[in-house]
Amino acid sequence: MIHFVLLISRQGKVRLTKWYSPYSQKERSKVIRELSSEILSRGPKLCNFVEWRGFKVVYKRYASLYFCICSDQDDNELETLSIIHHYVETLDRYFGSVCELDLIFNFHKAYFILDEILLAGEMQETSKRTTLRLIAAQEELLEAAKEEASSLSSIIAQATK
Amino acid sequence: MNPFSSGTRLRDMIRAIRASKTAAEERAVVRKECAAIRAAINENDQDYRHRNLAKLMFIHMLGYPTHFGQMECLKLIASPGFPEKRIGYLGLMLLLDERQEVLMLVTNSLKQDLNHTNQYIVGLALCALGNICSAEMARDLAPEVERLLQFRDPNIRKKAALCSIRIIKKVPDLAENFINSATALLREKHHGVLITGVQLCTDLCKISPEALEHVRKKCTDVLVRTLRDLANSPYSPEYDIAGITDPFLHIRLLKLLRVLGEGDADASDSMNDILAQVATKTESNKVAGNAILYECVQTIMSIEDNGGLRVLAINSLGRFLSNRDNNIRYVALNMLMKAVTADGQAVQRHRATILECVKDSDASIRKRALELVYVLVNETNVKPLAKELIDYLEVSENDFRGDLTAKICSIVSKFSPEKIWYIDQMLKVLSEAGNYVKDEVWHALIVVITNATELHGYTVRALYRAFQTSAEQESLVRVTVWCIGEYGDLLVNNVGMLDIEDPITVTESDAVDVLEIAIKRHESDLTTKAMALVALLKLSSRFPSCSERIKEIIVQFKGNLMLELQQRAIEFNSILAKHQNIRSTLVERMPVLDEATFIGRKAGSLPGAASTTTMPSVGIPNGEAKPAAPLIDLLDLSSDDAPAPSSSGGDLLHDLLGVDLSPAPQQSGAGQPSKSGTDVLLDLLSVGSPAQSSSSTVDILSSNTNGKSPVSPLDDISSLSLSSRANSNAGAAPMMDLLDGFGPSPSKENNGPVYPSITAYESSSLRLTFSFSKQPGNPETTNIQATFTNLSSTVYTDFVFQAAVPKFLQLHLDPASSNTLPAAGNGSVTQSLKVTNSQHGKKNLVMRIRIAYKLNGKDTLEEGQINNFPREL
Repeated sequence: MIHFVLLISRQGKVRLTKWYSPYSQKERSKVIRELSSEILSRGPKLCNFVEWRGFKVVYKRYASLYFCICSDQDDNELETLSIIHHYVETLDRYFGSVCELDLIFNFHKAYFILDEILLAGEMQETSKRTTLRLIAAQEELLEAAKEEASSLSSIIAQATK
Repeated sequence: MNPFSSGTRLRDMIRAIRASKTAAEERAVVRKECAAIRAAINENDQDYRHRNLAKLMFIHMLGYPTHFGQMECLKLIASPGFPEKRIGYLGLMLLLDERQEVLMLVTNSLKQDLNHTNQYIVGLALCALGNICSAEMARDLAPEVERLLQFRDPNIRKKAALCSIRIIKKVPDLAENFINSATALLREKHHGVLITGVQLCTDLCKISPEALEHVRKKCTDVLVRTLRDLANSPYSPEYDIAGITDPFLHIRLLKLLRVLGEGDADASDSMNDILAQVATKTESNKVAGNAILYECVQTIMSIEDNGGLRVLAINSLGRFLSNRDNNIRYVALNMLMKAVTADGQAVQRHRATILECVKDSDASIRKRALELVYVLVNETNVKPLAKELIDYLEVSENDFRGDLTAKICSIVSKFSPEKIWYIDQMLKVLSEAGNYVKDEVWHALIVVITNATELHGYTVRALYRAFQTSAEQESLVRVTVWCIGEYGDLLVNNVGMLDIEDPITVTESDAVDVLEIAIKRHESDLTTKAMALVALLKLSSRFPSCSERIKEIIVQFKGNLMLELQQRAIEFNSILAKHQNIRSTLVERMPVLDEATFIGRKAGSLPGAASTTTMPSVGIPNGEAKPAAPLIDLLDLSSDDAPAPSSSGGDLLHDLLGVDLSPAPQQSGAGQPSKSGTDVLLDLLSVGSPAQSSSSTVDILSSNTNGKSPVSPLDDISSLSLSSRANSNAGAAPMMDLLDGFGPSPSKENNGPVYPSITAYESSSLRLTFSFSKQPGNPETTNIQATFTNLSSTVYTDFVFQAAVPKFLQLHLDPASSNTLPAAGNGSVTQSLKVTNSQHGKKNLVMRIRIAYKLNGKDTLEEGQINNFPREL
């Protein structure tokens, strides 16, 4: 099971945190501090796994961002690495060659996409196409709601004219 | 209405935060935003609620407190529109966790949303439930989730399946409700539903044996077929990763098969073919392929034995190990670790490669490899492996040395074929990384050294040589100091020379040099210095020519700020000065320490030993310096070891201290109370205390003189090392304790049989000591003998002592022996108190005191509170 997902920039700034196990706010910031210093200090050629407090943290760097997933000791590390890659590819397709700025200004979208891939710390959907289709369908709902609201307000505006 | 389409303000805030040049500037921006959001919350602003929550989430990620926004999440979730709900649920998952009370308030909204007609809203609710639900929520909402497992849209079914995992983990009792609907999911075609169904079944099987039996019987064949179809499926772009169709599903299927095959020969049999196919056919040049292979190997090693498959699996691991990719090597090491128990021989074949991995530049790989080497060591390969590891110790990085040293020491002591080899290896480790060696390791080394009688000379000479080059390694210094103290004469006279040794010339003063260096180097901690003092005392009798010099060194420590060193120096000095006749017998060589007892002891006292290693120099002065400690230790020992066969006390002391002193100890050994402060031996043995005490003392002494008794070995060492605070068994070494007790401590005489006396109150003018005794059969009541001593040079008159206690205590004061307290300690006033503790065993005694007296006709009042009563009074 995955316990949490972290996105950390090379400067140590947090770009996304997703917790599947209960960590108090205090523990969360401690975990982030500990892990970012440990992971950011590792050299480029080393393996992508860090053993930490009886868990495994699998991380991978994409450009300026480190994607980290903390999972159980006996989980398949190589699979976790593939999950990270799968998420990154999905983001890439959604944003069209994603960069850190996309994830800063649209952080909520990064969360929504992650929520379509992982749930309860497990893999939910392995097809990127399905994931993106679901995201698109929900965005259509948003648009519809927006239009309804604007037409509603124009009706109100007309009525009160 | 849409939170973000018109939400330039969110962008603006993010821009402003990013534009901040300093942390202070960023804080200012955040503070301003938070203030605005709080204001909006107070006004119950509807229009911008979603946008405000989005901002709060960003602020939260930066690490600022955002608890005030939690209720906003609930309000958004309760609102009817999808956009509000979506952002509300996201906020809920980010800002809250399952332990917050607020979360309970959302249960009702969740229930409504799980029954919503819009499937995306149902999806949102399932997502939130799956990520943060608590046990109570799981119980409340399980029926809804169970129903959704049959929902028409597959995307809801898969979410419901993962939600169910969370629910059964939180409330395992609910597991059986899910068995049927979970197994139904295994027949689905939709990959999302299939993979989540497989995961749900895996977790069900782990939680409930009933589910395991059911799935094993009904679904093994289905799963095998699904895996075969998947492995043979043609290219499908939607699920393809590096030429493999849906590796995630592969892995989950293999994992579930592992659970089903474990401990069941039939199930294992039915999956053999497909496992063999996956193990041989899967491409191994990409991460995804290797992930499947890795999982497949794990399954093969776990299910019931099939020789051919295991060979196949270990061979693929061998290929993994020679891979250049660090990730692959890491998982190979990980997997070999599990394979060792199944097939140790096959893993041994890769020993050389594994050993190379110990020297890798990657800490994660090193750690795995070292652990693997550790389990691979046996009697036949211990010599080459230990040599490799010790050679590597010389060049290893500092942060790895602790682990490496611990493992080497453990290997060497576990498998050493002969003592001389063990001693050699340990000396190498001590010289290379003595600062990383744990206390119990060098304790064990000393035990081995004392047992290897014929190697005493060899060892002390080797240590002497090692000390010349590696005097900065603390534990090497300690062992050297100890051995020179014990076997210094063998060092100087080249006794017991082995053929392999180079001759060496060491004079008596060279040996003393070593001790002087050890005691004067400023990195030496208290333990080392104290050991050096003992060693010096021992040498003073063995090397008469250096006696004067040793005395000078010891004298320098008489004013040492460390109480322990000061006390030892003073005691030793007085032995050297006044008691020449007993010195040689006092410092005789230690009896051989018993290995078996030491090992037993070590096992019993490991937690304690761990705590002493972390703070040796802090703990000792407080713990050890109390005059009462040695006796307590003695008593502890006598209670948890079977008393050694005790002959008469007189004989024992006779043995211990030599013939010329026998009259005195015989008298004391009989336990006669004696107040004489001048008789050294009486003080030494604390015989002044009541009869009970002296009998315990006799037990201890008898066991020590035997030298083979259960008590002595470790205690001898630990008293030397002084790291004995946590080991309750400290301080039984015959010489040491005698000397500990020898200190000029006035309260010593008052030691009760069970409880140490305390200095209850002390000011510049007055000292009050309490000694305790209990009536047998009445544990609640304590008799306290209070002794007042006047520390000033003036007589106190009209002396009155008053005491007050809390309600759970009852206090009875007897009249004092006098109301005049003579000056300068020339006599004392005593007074008896009786305290009954109604909360005996739960609360400790505590007391407030007031002492009034006239000093030159002037009233004086002293007050204090006593909190340092021994526990269990």
